[in-house]
Amino acid sequence: MGSELLIEVEQLSRHFSSSQSSDSLGYTTAVDDISFNLKRGEILGFLGPNGAGKSTTMKMLTGNLSPSHGSIKIAGIDLMDNPIEAKAMIGYLPDTPPLYKELSVDEYLSYCARLNRITKPKLQQAINTTKERCGLVDYGKRIINNLSKGYQQRVGIAQAIIHAPDIVILDEPTVGLDPIQMIAIRKLIKELGESHSVMLSSHILPEIQMVCDNVQIINQGRLVFNASIEQLNQQMQTYSIRMSCQKPIDLQLISDLAEVESVHLVDNNDNSIMVNCSQSDTTQEQDPFIRLSQQLIAIAEQDQLGLYEIYPKKQSLEDVFMSLTLDNSVEQVGGNTH
Amino acid sequence: MIKLIAIREFKSLFLSPLAWAILTVTQIILCYQFLSQLESYMKVQSKLSTLENSPGITDLVVSPLLSGAAIILLLIVPLLTMRLISEEQKNQTITLLFSAPISMSQIILGKYFGVLGFLIILLIMIALMPLSLLFGTAIDLGQLAAALMGLFLVLASFAAAGVYMSTLTRHPAIAAVSNFGLLFFLWIINFAGMSTGSSANAQNTISLSYFSLLNHFEPLLRGVFSTTDIIYYLLFIALFLVLSVRRLEHLRLPH
Repeated sequence: MGSELLIEVEQLSRHFSSSQSSDSLGYTTAVDDISFNLKRGEILGFLGPNGAGKSTTMKMLTGNLSPSHGSIKIAGIDLMDNPIEAKAMIGYLPDTPPLYKELSVDEYLSYCARLNRITKPKLQQAINTTKERCGLVDYGKRIINNLSKGYQQRVGIAQAIIHAPDIVILDEPTVGLDPIQMIAIRKLIKELGESHSVMLSSHILPEIQMVCDNVQIINQGRLVFNASIEQLNQQMQTYSIRMSCQKPIDLQLISDLAEVESVHLVDNNDNSIMVNCSQSDTTQEQDPFIRLSQQLIAIAEQDQLGLYEIYPKKQSLEDVFMSLTLDNSVEQVGGNTH
Repeated sequence: MIKLIAIREFKSLFLSPLAWAILTVTQIILCYQFLSQLESYMKVQSKLSTLENSPGITDLVVSPLLSGAAIILLLIVPLLTMRLISEEQKNQTITLLFSAPISMSQIILGKYFGVLGFLIILLIMIALMPLSLLFGTAIDLGQLAAALMGLFLVLASFAAAGVYMSTLTRHPAIAAVSNFGLLFFLWIINFAGMSTGSSANAQNTISLSYFSLLNHFEPLLRGVFSTTDIIYYLLFIALFLVLSVRRLEHLRLPH
């Protein structure tokens, strides 16, 4: 069960014809040669800037767009050859929730459930369970149009999970929610991940870090990063320390330390410096980073510099993201000349 | 699944005031036509009874009423069908249907039967008027049945064309106008056939007017039940429904 592949995507591409196309082929490539797998019980985060191809990929996975090239298999069923069987296993929340706004929540959910082959005897139970999961219990009789954006989003999620699909695909599920609702939805996604496979796209990076097991970063239609969240955290490990004192710091003294790769003044007014730790020296049992910070504190104490702030400069997911996507675009510019 | 979509569509029609407005307006206009026709019939009735083989009330009141109904509904059916697919595309709710385990033909047929259900209600409302004559006189029920069936086929054809037009655009208004244009054109083809009918190219005009939607309706109004007319309508409906399914599938293709 644990290693069962629910989504297998191979060399997926999608072109759109476009008059302002940048290349000579006469079309724009929204998704370019993407391959990945999703196992049962896994939560996959799909990250990328606007227009990177996240939504296009998700539309192809759910049969809303046909790919230009490549194949998609849902639990071993080819989406092109047998779309109906494959679609029965997927619950999908598009970027715009597909809500019939003139219906009440109950009417809408019962229609969605019936469309997804829930039989009449099981209907009421499915609706009740889903409403409970999405926090919609008291909203059954309300007309969707009169609900706030956040509650409409919840109805959208409810629609995607009502038939307990093996795969849940959520396109930016937390957009338009308040922080409390966001936490609730994240909890819900975590729960879903225990019994289903979940794939969600987002451009909120901490959200992906909190919820997902695996991360994929997509930029300009290409996968630029595909690894587990641990690997991503490793990539984000920090090697810089920022230190601020009341008195000027002797830069020479610090750069003479064995662990220091470089040091520079950040701000003249408050005597802040940024110290980069060298990463080469990993043979010793103690982390050079920890040793460096201890030494910096010792120096500040000795010289009575009046240290008031010292902290590791965390490399955020944003930084990793930026470096990955920027690298790629540089490559692309180079690659276009061939 | 077809049934499910059809019922949903049917209920949605009645959630908007449009359906009620259409029922009311059609009924008022046709009622006025019916009563004025009945009145003129009453005036000539005594003269008619002296004639041999004279037309009866079914010919003079019922047939013109249903023929008039076809013209009025030519204007009204596009308003009913315009939002079927186009509005779903516009609001992106079509994703719900595309992501569900159903086929494109199920979506189209479901939508189509939903509208057809509404048209049947409209038809019953119209049929009540000629049937009310039964209180006072005898009418040719066979002819009435043929005429009602003809009207039903005409409306079903209007609706099928409307479904197709609705798949072509995201704007309901454009769908309505194009459908109205198409139906109107198929109506005036008949006019061209009649006005130049006497000239040498009669052969051409006959073949042109053969495509007229209303041309095939007239024999049925007279009570002539001909299989060619029925098949014409069935082919017309099938053609536009198949085109709609193709169009819906095309929406997903790379282009």
